[in-house]
Amino acid sequence: MGRREQQIEHLLRRAGFGGSPNEIDFYAEVGVRGTIDLLVYYDQVPDDVDSKIGQPGFVSVTTRGTFAPHLNITDARQRWLFRLAHSERPLQEKMALFWHNHFATAYTKIAGAYDGTEATRMLAAKPSEDRDGTKGQLELLREHALGNFRDLLVAVSKDPAMLVWLDGRDNIATRPQENYAREIMELFTFGVANVVEDDVKAAARVFTGWNLTRLGPSGAYYYRYEFRANRHDNTIKDFTFPIYPNGSGAIAANGEQEGIDLINALCAHPATGPRLVRKLWAYFVSEIADAPQPWVDRIAGIYYSTGYNMRAVVHAILSSPEFWDPSVVFARYSWPVEFVVRAIKETGWAGYSVDSALNPMLNMGQSLFEPPDVNGWDLGQGWFSTGAMLNRMNYAASLTTNQRINLRNEARPFAQTPQGVMSFVMERLSPATLEPQSYDELLAYLRAGTNWTASDNELRAKVAGVMHLVLGSSYYQLV
Amino acid sequence: MAFTRRDFVKGGVAAFTWGFAAPAFLSDVAQAQGAASRNLVVLYLGGGNDSLNTVIPYGDAFYYSRRPTIAIPPGSVLPIPNDGAGNALGLHPNLIGLRNILNQGRMAVIQRTGYPNLSRSHFLGTDIWSTASMSAPQGPGWLGRYLDTLPMPVDPLVGWNTNREMPRTMIARTVSVPSIPSPSQYAFSSPNTGTPDQNFARTSATRISSHVPVNRPHLAFVNASAQGAFATMDRVAQVAQYTPTATYPNTGLGNALRAVAGAIVRGIGTKVFWVQTGGYDTHAQQGSGAAATGAYQSLMATIDGAITAFYTDMQNQGLINQTTLLTFSEFGRRVAENGTQGTDHGEGGVMFAIGGGVRGGVYGTAPNLNPFAGNPTLSSGGGDVRWDIDFRRVYAEILDRWLGSNSVAVLGGDYRQYLNFIA
Repeated sequence: MGRREQQIEHLLRRAGFGGSPNEIDFYAEVGVRGTIDLLVYYDQVPDDVDSKIGQPGFVSVTTRGTFAPHLNITDARQRWLFRLAHSERPLQEKMALFWHNHFATAYTKIAGAYDGTEATRMLAAKPSEDRDGTKGQLELLREHALGNFRDLLVAVSKDPAMLVWLDGRDNIATRPQENYAREIMELFTFGVANVVEDDVKAAARVFTGWNLTRLGPSGAYYYRYEFRANRHDNTIKDFTFPIYPNGSGAIAANGEQEGIDLINALCAHPATGPRLVRKLWAYFVSEIADAPQPWVDRIAGIYYSTGYNMRAVVHAILSSPEFWDPSVVFARYSWPVEFVVRAIKETGWAGYSVDSALNPMLNMGQSLFEPPDVNGWDLGQGWFSTGAMLNRMNYAASLTTNQRINLRNEARPFAQTPQGVMSFVMERLSPATLEPQSYDELLAYLRAGTNWTASDNELRAKVAGVMHLVLGSSYYQLV
Repeated sequence: MAFTRRDFVKGGVAAFTWGFAAPAFLSDVAQAQGAASRNLVVLYLGGGNDSLNTVIPYGDAFYYSRRPTIAIPPGSVLPIPNDGAGNALGLHPNLIGLRNILNQGRMAVIQRTGYPNLSRSHFLGTDIWSTASMSAPQGPGWLGRYLDTLPMPVDPLVGWNTNREMPRTMIARTVSVPSIPSPSQYAFSSPNTGTPDQNFARTSATRISSHVPVNRPHLAFVNASAQGAFATMDRVAQVAQYTPTATYPNTGLGNALRAVAGAIVRGIGTKVFWVQTGGYDTHAQQGSGAAATGAYQSLMATIDGAITAFYTDMQNQGLINQTTLLTFSEFGRRVAENGTQGTDHGEGGVMFAIGGGVRGGVYGTAPNLNPFAGNPTLSSGGGDVRWDIDFRRVYAEILDRWLGSNSVAVLGGDYRQYLNFIA
């Protein structure tokens, strides 16, 4: 027994967060090719997921006073989880999450520099929620989710949250500050193997003056990007790699444009495309196998030939034969956020609030808006310390406890036998293929301590109990 | 089907771990391996500690001229003995407890630690310190490789990571060291908690995770983590009930070291512990050196409070002679402050070794901070502290003289120029 739409489900696990039963039916009607197009060209789908918050039929959020995802980080996390669970543009959200890990920015430092309200605004406010119309960092990542990488990098370099997080606001001509300069090369573009210390120093000087300006009345300050020419270093900066098409590595005094020239050169650097493409391989295709070199060459070629168009890059990835190879199905270790959202979509959510997932996610090692450092989370096997794995099992216990009445009622038509319950469970959940021994263990659990009368009490305990075991098993940790 | 260790190693680093299936037996192993044995606690100061404000060369005029706002005034430092070159040194004013330990002869200050071609990347630098390898800083860490030398089977609780994420230092091939940030939360729950069904569920989950799927190494890896949890959680529950004899500060580091103390006192067999604390990437707003409070001041207060409580607790329990705590950070910071009361990534750092088996004192020499051409104690044109003591020498001494291991085998090279900080 098990689910039938294997290709659609594989696609949705990778290009989204899995599918509820209704979503699987919908995309199965659209077909595989059509679904890829619908996911990638998401502008044709309404961006109205936020309007569903608080509506019946959707997962709940927990309000404490007014729900204020632009002012309160807990609410911002709830809104993000709600979007991941219900967005009809799942790939946009999936790429925003990818960029959040790539440009990993953490709330705590920003809240320490200003306060929690301003930090939440900088990270999560929508333009409509902001008195200045500024996008919070997440909105910027969503806007550019499948946009042009160069435009995204420029926007991130001017992003107020980033200017605080990597100290760009402290980078001034008289005393350059290297934090952002180092990471834009080491982590955001061509990688540590290509970093030369003198280039770090030169890049820091290029970005002098990329700063914040304070607005608003006393007691209600807020901040936005401003280039401050009087803090900019106007001397020539020499790089060891070409900045301009003529091969020159020298950036002459040209104000804010110097930073744009450097960003252009970083995007064009021959190591940047392959590095990004390999990260995308691990995110979309496989963490078990390395990306084959011809595949890297081909996809990186699209990155360069389209002028860094991520929509073309990701479309090519999802359409590539490697993405559909049977060996890569369930060949990724789910991130805690992937695990949690997929578990909610498959288990059910009536009467469940995403607020209940926030602390467990912290204990699984992934609190949204709080990556451990600018290198992002430790992915793959790094998610599976014993403590984190135990917290995944215990999250499965709390979710199924919450849903046990719903699950009992839905399972009842199948519940004459333990085998019937198993067929219900395997229709609802989409673990990797169970080993026969594991299937038998689950049946043995259903039979343990009971003669199977299918009474209300028995079903309430056992349906949730066996769902817990599947959700907490290794089979369900892979996507 | 019989599985050999080689089958797992083929699946990649730490796709390993056989035989968690007999916890009772492994507890015996743990007792045999751990009874009355020595412990090592490694404390990582994440972000690159500004060692010149931890151990202050307060007799050096260039320290003050190059750090006009963040320098600690001579009258504020806590003086410690001069180093071998006669440099006057003092600890940060918030390291009062550590200075007492040093005065008791139980803390070694090791100056200008580093390695050739020192990386200023947080991530590469941390990997190098974790693996003790410059050329191939991937794969198992130096303590993981030490654990790999222990007689098989190795009990998983031989190591304890108090951090949520697994540090590379503790990654081994033969054993999956558990990550236990909170002993009290390290327990199995079910939708039927409090009924017999909870035990059925635990039995079932344990058996599912003990099955080794053929040719599915990623499933085997996740199963190994679950097995590690099941094999250790009952012993960890004993630690959760530990009542310390000293008051630990209610900080992440304080709680972590309290758990470490509990594990040592309960004798559950752990040899190596990993603790860490962050916030050391002080590019800005480190705080005025003359002020009583500030970002760096609170970093120092955090480690001082937690380490002092731990030391006192171990002393009260009569276990300090079995315990060594070793601190490190991925790099030091620049000599000169930047424009925002901060310091950028630099080179040479400082390490502390603390415990009953430590021969206290000052090792290595402080830099001369005068940036004249050819100053042998500085690098980068006088901008950085030049490293002097290869950190692998410190590791070698810990491995050979404290843990009774073979540092040449573990480190893959001979770094046995001991400093003699282990008594």
